[in-house]
Amino acid sequence: MTRQRISRGQAAAQTAGPAESGAPAAVPAGTDPFAYAPAPESRATARLRPSYQVFVDGRFRDGRGESIKSINPADEEPLAEVSEAGPADVEDAIAAARRAFEGPWSAMPAAQRGKYLFRIARYIQERARELAVLETLDNGKPIKESRDFDIPAAAAHFFYYAGWADKLGYAGLGPDPRPLGVAGQVIPWNFPLLMAAWKIAPALATGNTVVLKPAETTPLTALVLAEIMADADLPPGVVNILPGGPSIGEALVSHRGIDKIAFTGSTEVGKLIQRGAAGTSKRLTLELGGKAANIVFDDAPLDQAVEGIVTGIFFNQGQVCCAGSRLLVQESIADEVVSALQRRLTTLRLGDPLDKNTDVGAINSAAQLAKIRQLTESGETEGATRWSPPCRIPRRGYWFAPTIFTGVSQAHRIAREEIFGPVLSVLTFRTPAEAVEKANNTAYGLSAGIWTEKGSRILSVAAQLRAGVVWANTFNRFDPAAPFGGYKESGYGREGGRHGLEAYVDV
Amino acid sequence: MTDVLTVPSARPQSQQSPPSPQNSPGETRIGTPPWSAADAARDNASLRRFLHGLPGVDQAGAESRAAGLATRSIKTTAKAWAITTSISMIDLTSLEGADTPARVRSLCARAMRPDLSRPDTPMVAAVCVYPDLVATAVDALRGSPVGVASVATAFPSGRASLATKLADVRDAVAAGANEIDMVIDRGAFLAGRYTEVFNEILAVKTECSPAHLKVILETGELGTLDHVRRASWLALLAGGDFIKTSTGKISPAATPPVALVMLQAAKNFAEMTGQARGVKLAGGIRTTKEAVRYLVMVNEVAGSTWLTPDLFRFGASSLLNDLLLQWHKLKTGAYDGPDYVAVD
Repeated sequence: MTRQRISRGQAAAQTAGPAESGAPAAVPAGTDPFAYAPAPESRATARLRPSYQVFVDGRFRDGRGESIKSINPADEEPLAEVSEAGPADVEDAIAAARRAFEGPWSAMPAAQRGKYLFRIARYIQERARELAVLETLDNGKPIKESRDFDIPAAAAHFFYYAGWADKLGYAGLGPDPRPLGVAGQVIPWNFPLLMAAWKIAPALATGNTVVLKPAETTPLTALVLAEIMADADLPPGVVNILPGGPSIGEALVSHRGIDKIAFTGSTEVGKLIQRGAAGTSKRLTLELGGKAANIVFDDAPLDQAVEGIVTGIFFNQGQVCCAGSRLLVQESIADEVVSALQRRLTTLRLGDPLDKNTDVGAINSAAQLAKIRQLTESGETEGATRWSPPCRIPRRGYWFAPTIFTGVSQAHRIAREEIFGPVLSVLTFRTPAEAVEKANNTAYGLSAGIWTEKGSRILSVAAQLRAGVVWANTFNRFDPAAPFGGYKESGYGREGGRHGLEAYVDV
Repeated sequence: MTDVLTVPSARPQSQQSPPSPQNSPGETRIGTPPWSAADAARDNASLRRFLHGLPGVDQAGAESRAAGLATRSIKTTAKAWAITTSISMIDLTSLEGADTPARVRSLCARAMRPDLSRPDTPMVAAVCVYPDLVATAVDALRGSPVGVASVATAFPSGRASLATKLADVRDAVAAGANEIDMVIDRGAFLAGRYTEVFNEILAVKTECSPAHLKVILETGELGTLDHVRRASWLALLAGGDFIKTSTGKISPAATPPVALVMLQAAKNFAEMTGQARGVKLAGGIRTTKEAVRYLVMVNEVAGSTWLTPDLFRFGASSLLNDLLLQWHKLKTGAYDGPDYVAVD
């Protein structure tokens, strides 16, 4: 399908025969008069180093695991050598975290802890451009997202929890909440720095120490964050960062020396961790998968709903656990919404993630791309109708065009399983009760969206949805002050806000 | 969209017949009777039903979409194209009580040759003046393709009888204006007297034809984006060739969310009727950066078809100089001082 352009002449041709003279000359298909020139952010800003090391006890050192190459998913070129942690490093890191917890970090007045957090937040802001470019190189997400969302939101989390450090007695968690000890944290690759901030900031604010394992495909920004910790003079051992694969994650969460596990990732791994933690004294919070319903009623503000649907599923290439991957649209407006959505998708720009005008970047890894492909193929096999806008896919790298499936039923795999990619399944409903029933008919329960101009409907539907976050007339908006977390197989425990403190304290 | 809307053709000279079921035998329209503007405008209740039946606009959502579009980075060749195109879309405006024939002649000179150092710079689309200065402008612009636009209908408040407004229009057209910028009766619109506003636009349209009609909504007085959407549709249904944001006498004037809603209305109207109508943003647009951002919005919201002076205009006075300064910067790498462009 060529890009849709409607001039008087063309539109008339569609409905009333050939265009007559007098209509302004239509722009010939394929030529864009206002082609945006490339506007790439400089790669040098990332200050890439040839190699990165593990961060244990306040020092960088070679890990005792394998050495791997972190690659740029946009072109499959190696970015840097990363020396991964081995089991011995896990031992050292946990021991260092324990020493720090029992030593300087516990003895320190709470206001002083807050000062460190404020300092870290400021240092993140000072190095924001460097971190944004590095995040984009390592993850594949568009620079406009890492620049305007990931990095500012990471700094905001540190600022927010810095404020709580000396006010824990007023958090509604009892008069004197006590830290748990050493937290073992494992984070995913979709928001590498932001997830590190979500985990580290509340843990430190409440007086815990941390051993964090970033995802194997995206360790770089977490290691720059380690550098920021060191520059901020954080006492050695308070934060340790161990790049590594699943075996290191497993060694960390199954270690007897930790008091708390915080995990964000797949439901599959979450279940294993929960099994492993059973019968131990470890506290556990899990933030897992999702299959969010984005419900559009016929009285919705349609243009903004279309934007919300796009943000809901194409933000970060759909690699978001709370992505609005199921569009539930009222049958009476379904055709109108789908065609408006298709028109909007033709304006999305897929390509070089470092280009400031790129809307859709690369998929993070070959494995993830394979999974997206496999699930979308099942969608076609099961009889749903697939549509993607015309867009040029780069030759190298991991790319997947934004995709919409219509004619999807609740029974299809693409309506039930988390795809974690830029793939939207469109389902319809006729009454609010049916919308709620379908929205809740999932093993997950992380997030949901409601689009209607009717306030009373927002309140009644939101109250019936079994989802941790319900957005009304917006989607994928985050704030450090708002708690985030799931129902059912999307996990338990809340991150962010006052509620986020609870996971790290004994009350 | 299957709905067919028959509206007064905005440009009689284009001889485009509105689509109707009879002349498209290939299409079946069972169940969707042809809907016409005459039906909608039959009485105030019908018009109200139509306008209030349009989907609402979520203010926060519209603002965030506009802000998102503003992050587009337009550089080098794209910037050069945008600057040149913006110049060709300007209605170079002077609407001061202190305007004189000499000042209008100076304005016309700049309109025809915006950049003395670059003769291939396009001329602006039109000059825009008060009715009593139209004759001066027509005289100064004789032989050039630059249009003469005149504000009329008791600009800027619109608070006069219909007879007075029509006399104002007649006067401007008689003096040679080929574009009329009218103001709607915001009082009547806000009070829900839609037929009154509709009929007034229709009357002005009839009076000024074949001059083009731009309908100023004065969005700064409308208060909500829902009102902006309804007023846009009302003006388009009544036959306005352009919908225009503001008089420039009220703040806020053109803002990105308002422009977004109006461009969306023009786009949806074209999809529904097959008639592409224009959008003019006026008031407060002074810098190249703003102009380029609006072109991005036109491109991505209405579509590249609208990237022509026939369908998109800037009503501005100081914007032209900033575009020229930015053009020189692009070509030479250095900024000229403000003394290198004409102040008047």
